[in-house]
Amino acid sequence: MSEAPTTETPPPGLDTAAPLLEFRTVDASYGPFRALFDVSLAVRPGAVTALLGANGAGKTTVARVATGLVRPTKGEVWFDGGRIDTLRPYRIARAGMVHAPEGRSVFASLTVRENLELGFRRDLGASGVNAALDRAYELFPRMGERSKQIAGTLSGGEQRMLSLARVMVHPPKLLVADELSLGLAPIVVDEVYRNLAAIRDAGTAILLVEQYVGHALAIADDVVVLTHGSVAYSGPATDLDDIAQYLL
Amino acid sequence: MALLDAVDVTKRFSGITALDAVSMRVDDGESVGLIGPNGAGKTTFFNCLLGLLRPESGSVTFAGRNLTRAPVYRRARAGLGRTFQRMELFAGMTVRDHLLVAERSRLGTGRFWKDVLNLAAPSADERARADATLELLALRDVADAPIEALSLGRGRLVEVGRALMTEPKLLLLDEPSSGLDAAETAALAATLRAVQAERGTAVLLVEHDVEFVRSFSDRLYVLDFGTLIATGPTAEVLGSDEVRRAYLGETV
Amino acid sequence: MTEFFTYVIQGIPYGCVFALVAVGLVLTYKTSGVFNLAFGAQAFVAAAVYYDVHVRHGWSRWPALAFVVLVLSPALGLLLDVAIFRHLRTASPIAKLVASLGLLVAVPQIVSIWLGQSSTFGVVGIWWDDNALYHFGKFVLDGRQMAIIVSTVVAVTLLGFLFRFAPIGLRMRAVVESPRMTELAGVDSDRVSAFSWMLSSLFAGLAGVLLAPLYASLASQNFSTLLIAAIAAAAFARLTSIPLALVGGLLLGITQALLSGYLPPASVIAQNLKPSLPFAALFLLLLFWPGLRSAVQNKDPLSGVDPPPSPPVAESRGEFLTKTTRVFGTVVVAGALLWLLTSATSYWIGIATTAVVLSVIFLSITVITGMAGQVSLCQATFAGVGAFSTAQIVKVFGLSVLPTLLIGAFVAAAVGALLAVPMLRLGGIFLSLGTLAFAVMFDTLLAPLGWVSGGAHPVRVPRPIGFVDDRSFLILCVVILVIASIFVIFIRRGTTGRFLHALRGSETASRSIGINPTRVRILAFAVSAGLAGLGGGLLAVQKNIATKEDFGYFLSLFFVVLVVTLMPSTVEGAINAGVGFALVPEVLKLVGVSVSWEFVLFGLGAITYARHPEGVLEFQKRKSLAAIEKRLPARWRGPGVDPTVLPAGSAD
Repeated sequence: MSEAPTTETPPPGLDTAAPLLEFRTVDASYGPFRALFDVSLAVRPGAVTALLGANGAGKTTVARVATGLVRPTKGEVWFDGGRIDTLRPYRIARAGMVHAPEGRSVFASLTVRENLELGFRRDLGASGVNAALDRAYELFPRMGERSKQIAGTLSGGEQRMLSLARVMVHPPKLLVADELSLGLAPIVVDEVYRNLAAIRDAGTAILLVEQYVGHALAIADDVVVLTHGSVAYSGPATDLDDIAQYLL
Repeated sequence: MALLDAVDVTKRFSGITALDAVSMRVDDGESVGLIGPNGAGKTTFFNCLLGLLRPESGSVTFAGRNLTRAPVYRRARAGLGRTFQRMELFAGMTVRDHLLVAERSRLGTGRFWKDVLNLAAPSADERARADATLELLALRDVADAPIEALSLGRGRLVEVGRALMTEPKLLLLDEPSSGLDAAETAALAATLRAVQAERGTAVLLVEHDVEFVRSFSDRLYVLDFGTLIATGPTAEVLGSDEVRRAYLGETV
Repeated sequence: MTEFFTYVIQGIPYGCVFALVAVGLVLTYKTSGVFNLAFGAQAFVAAAVYYDVHVRHGWSRWPALAFVVLVLSPALGLLLDVAIFRHLRTASPIAKLVASLGLLVAVPQIVSIWLGQSSTFGVVGIWWDDNALYHFGKFVLDGRQMAIIVSTVVAVTLLGFLFRFAPIGLRMRAVVESPRMTELAGVDSDRVSAFSWMLSSLFAGLAGVLLAPLYASLASQNFSTLLIAAIAAAAFARLTSIPLALVGGLLLGITQALLSGYLPPASVIAQNLKPSLPFAALFLLLLFWPGLRSAVQNKDPLSGVDPPPSPPVAESRGEFLTKTTRVFGTVVVAGALLWLLTSATSYWIGIATTAVVLSVIFLSITVITGMAGQVSLCQATFAGVGAFSTAQIVKVFGLSVLPTLLIGAFVAAAVGALLAVPMLRLGGIFLSLGTLAFAVMFDTLLAPLGWVSGGAHPVRVPRPIGFVDDRSFLILCVVILVIASIFVIFIRRGTTGRFLHALRGSETASRSIGINPTRVRILAFAVSAGLAGLGGGLLAVQKNIATKEDFGYFLSLFFVVLVVTLMPSTVEGAINAGVGFALVPEVLKLVGVSVSWEFVLFGLGAITYARHPEGVLEFQKRKSLAAIEKRLPARWRGPGVDPTVLPAGSAD
């Protein structure tokens, strides 16, 4: 794609401060099937970068490469000053990146409390768990009511809240949010976005993978548009009309 | 009398209502589209029509027969053909064999004693019909290639061909353009139009690509959060504000 | 009433034995997602090493126990995880089951080779005094029983605490659902899974050391039979609940004690009912226990990360190479036959006949596993049904042998079809476990009966008239094998074979073009059982006798392991397996090593099933033929497949 920016010059509109997350000419594939071609992009600290594109354009793959679930076949990924594309996912998670994956992002077989505990124990140590749980239940009273319920039986919206609760109690450096509004009622989507804004205000950068363009643009500082595995547009979030030409 | 008449189909998954009393009619030879955002329940609805899922309530009548409780293979024999969003091809089989298996299944002539006496090879008639379908879908050149050697776009055509061999009265296409690039999508749409012109099969299309839907469907249903929010002629539905909101988000 | 409680108390130690194994099975399944048939083998390893260091090398009790249970067993678990199961996390449950099956076959043989031929009697328990008697009111327990009860209670309690209060319990459960999501929470899933394997292996070690003194001598068969019995208790616990596994084990032990107490001692059926109870219970649980089949595996939401399975090396080679290999094969087979029919000794004729007869039985695995994609663990039982039917019909009705062989095959086919109806509702590993339960049930309940096997006096079968001497009988067997092979080839080419191929590729798509999966699969089961029955009948005729020892469940396991290791999907593979089965022991004798290595060889081979479902031999054959083809001049090469084209069916 000719629109794809090169690594040497930062994309227009991004300030030159060191990016929190950076892809440098990344290729990625699932077995013989190539999903990303020469993708370069950057997420600034504390900013929201929306990753847009049609179904199958490779958005989810970008998210998975960032968090180490998929190893790039070419190029480098840098996070918070260190190269991460050869690290296992748990190392990346410990470095301060949280990934809420597409689809079900909670452990369906564990209870609500256990879902929260799993992350809190890692992040805060055994002594911090109870305080963190209290804080999570305070933010999301429904989670407190349902703390003993198996997470698989929660509604789609409640599952999203559960995966956001961990992030809100213990803000990471970067949240990779993959299609958080997928299949949610509009009113729930609004709530998800209010929470995302709160997370951003707490200083967490967000890489937002979204198909609801409108929602994404309302919160995004920067936008990256993917088409067929390549970057078609990369720059500040401006009018929908500018970006719309790259979509659909 | 409608070819397909689905009434008040409701499906829940552990407390989440995936489909809320969805009704749909498709007439003979008609081309109908079903659109809606990801997770709106389109594939769930497909699976309910085909019997891969059992809805909690509602009924499915097809070609005058109540199929609500029928197993999948019986629905297929009644004339419901389909393709899959995530392709379901038979690994290790050639393209031609995909079609021949479907043809044999349609004829229902596969007696075990014929296998034992080695009389079960495809007949000249079966081969001719498979060839005709290969021709129609422009798959002649890969007819004897194993399915693994095909591109995604042509793999989708094999799924269409396999479904066509069962002589469906209604063909359900589940996101045929997903994973295809623009050129492949255009070629697929052209082929599907040719198929419909030649065979006159009714089509129910689930699709994200709005251009594809616009060029292919006479009538649309729009599904959002498990509920039908609009139905009518394609241009009218695509022009409505509510549908634009469902697709592009409320702030548009 | 007191009588009743006496039986109950008697049942408790046995119940604890079942419980300990069942808890171990559930633990492995919960924490690694593997239904670990090798658990029995791990227990056997611990028992054997404890016996070796304690009895033979005179270590005192506690260091020996600590070494075996706390060092050796966890190390074995770690080895299994790192070398095998870690790489199978994303494999299908059935592939994991086959891998553990391979270990179940191979590991005890390795231990037996290591222990050597010398006596393994006089196994000592861990209690201060095995034979000390302890009185609790009217009830008496001995040291062995005390050790089992106390250890079970302590181990299960500790396990309960671990799961309830330590973070590792939570992490293990999270890893089973999705190792990748667990990693996203900052947890190293490899370490967690290594820990689960070490823990469950520790359980296996404890079980092994406790159970060994219950038997007169140290034999691996006891452990595998006990393992299969304990599956009933694990099934009762729906493979998930550790407390329920404990309850299930106790119920099983107590029911057995009650049965042996109340059933009339004179009835043979009643006497068989007691040992077969766990298997009957497993069979019934699999069919009727709600929540076992519907215990939905929570699918890993991140399974889309895995690349699509790479297609097997394509079989597209040129005319030239095909012809060359065919000519080569024909020459080898013709040469071997010529030698056998002219100058071979009767010893080698016997071996060749065994190879041919077993090839017929192995064709049944070609049909059920290669063509239908189901792993059935009762093929030797089907062979037994054919053998016993043939023998009894010849004896009772005086029919001539050749047509009776066919009748025997039909009886086996009917049994196969009947068994398939409930089994096919299960699917996956439950189908395999169900067929295994059926096999052991047949061994313990039916096979000892007089009208089945002749009981203590096995039924004799004559050779057919005109084929009495070994050479002509070999010719008859070869003719039958050729007919059976052509039969299988025709079915594979025919509608049934093509429908089965379609079902293997995608069941959903097959149904969507109108294929009735149940009907086709029942047919496959019947054909497979019929072929096994025919081969079983031939085996009985070859040996002039039908004995239940020739058709035990362990052979079913070994048959599957053997065929799956070689090439499960072709007729050629079945014949290779038959030849291998008969010839490998001869080769091993020639080399001068124990015949047990055959089990080790093929058992370890089965572990590769996950990676090469087409069989290791088949994989190597295709690979080397492809390599040869590359070096051929262009005009002799086949059309080939362009590997650079994107495969269909890849995802975002």
